[in-house]
Amino acid sequence: MGSDEGSGGYTMPLERGKIREFAAATGSASPAYVDDPAPPIPPTFLRTQIFWSPADGSGPKLPDGLELDVRRILHGQQEYIFFGPPPRAGEELTVTSRVESVTEKQGRRGGTMTVIVFVDDFANGEGALVAQGRQTVIQTGRAPS
Amino acid sequence: MTYASGDTLPERAFGPISRTDIVRYQGASGDFNPIHHDEEFARSAGFPTVFSVGMLQAGYVATYLTDLFGPDNVRRFGVRFEEQVWPGDVLTVTGTVSDLTVENGEKVIAIQVVATRQTGGKAITAWASFAA
Repeated sequence: MGSDEGSGGYTMPLERGKIREFAAATGSASPAYVDDPAPPIPPTFLRTQIFWSPADGSGPKLPDGLELDVRRILHGQQEYIFFGPPPRAGEELTVTSRVESVTEKQGRRGGTMTVIVFVDDFANGEGALVAQGRQTVIQTGRAPS
Repeated sequence: MTYASGDTLPERAFGPISRTDIVRYQGASGDFNPIHHDEEFARSAGFPTVFSVGMLQAGYVATYLTDLFGPDNVRRFGVRFEEQVWPGDVLTVTGTVSDLTVENGEKVIAIQVVATRQTGGKAITAWASFAA
């Protein structure tokens, strides 16, 4: 079961083909991504954690009564920090996710916005923290019209 | 190459962004929010048409930086999404070296980046650190 303290963690293998596909999709033709048999991950590649996160909703738990609606959510900010050179294809990361904060704000056009900050920790096979992601999502009061 | 605080980095354009670019990014990233490819769904949410995934623009900005500073050197990459980006948009990416500093015991180059739409509107502001 997930909780505010974070999910139990899931495994995210870093794969060469996925890195090559991601580099091409983000406009990169760098030989470091497309030719190296063990390429480093691009700066925003950890976004592909979506493919590995549990589909059973056991991710970080939102406060009671808060549900995300894709028609009303905006991605506000995203940051990735690497505590050394970025990990490479062939490595396997363990991801733990948590909700860092939930804040209500008044929108500029009235109505309440909810600002949710999610944090993902990425550890390598030795258990060392190699990267951290911080995502800010804004849910508007209702779908824009 | 040696950089100094205040240095202006070369300008680079990405786009025009097509619906295919958006779909390809969604496939690569695993973010299948239909608001970025399903016209009816986007309209039902009050938008005139589909719009790009913020993280696609972020990916272009990341490519701009890794091509300049090297894929192995990235230590921090952050983006703030300002304006939505629509099919047909061209983004012009510009950057400035804001500082030469030390992060986690390592010499880094701190960079500020802006991606601007052809309208002049700011799509993204970004900050990054690369090992020097």
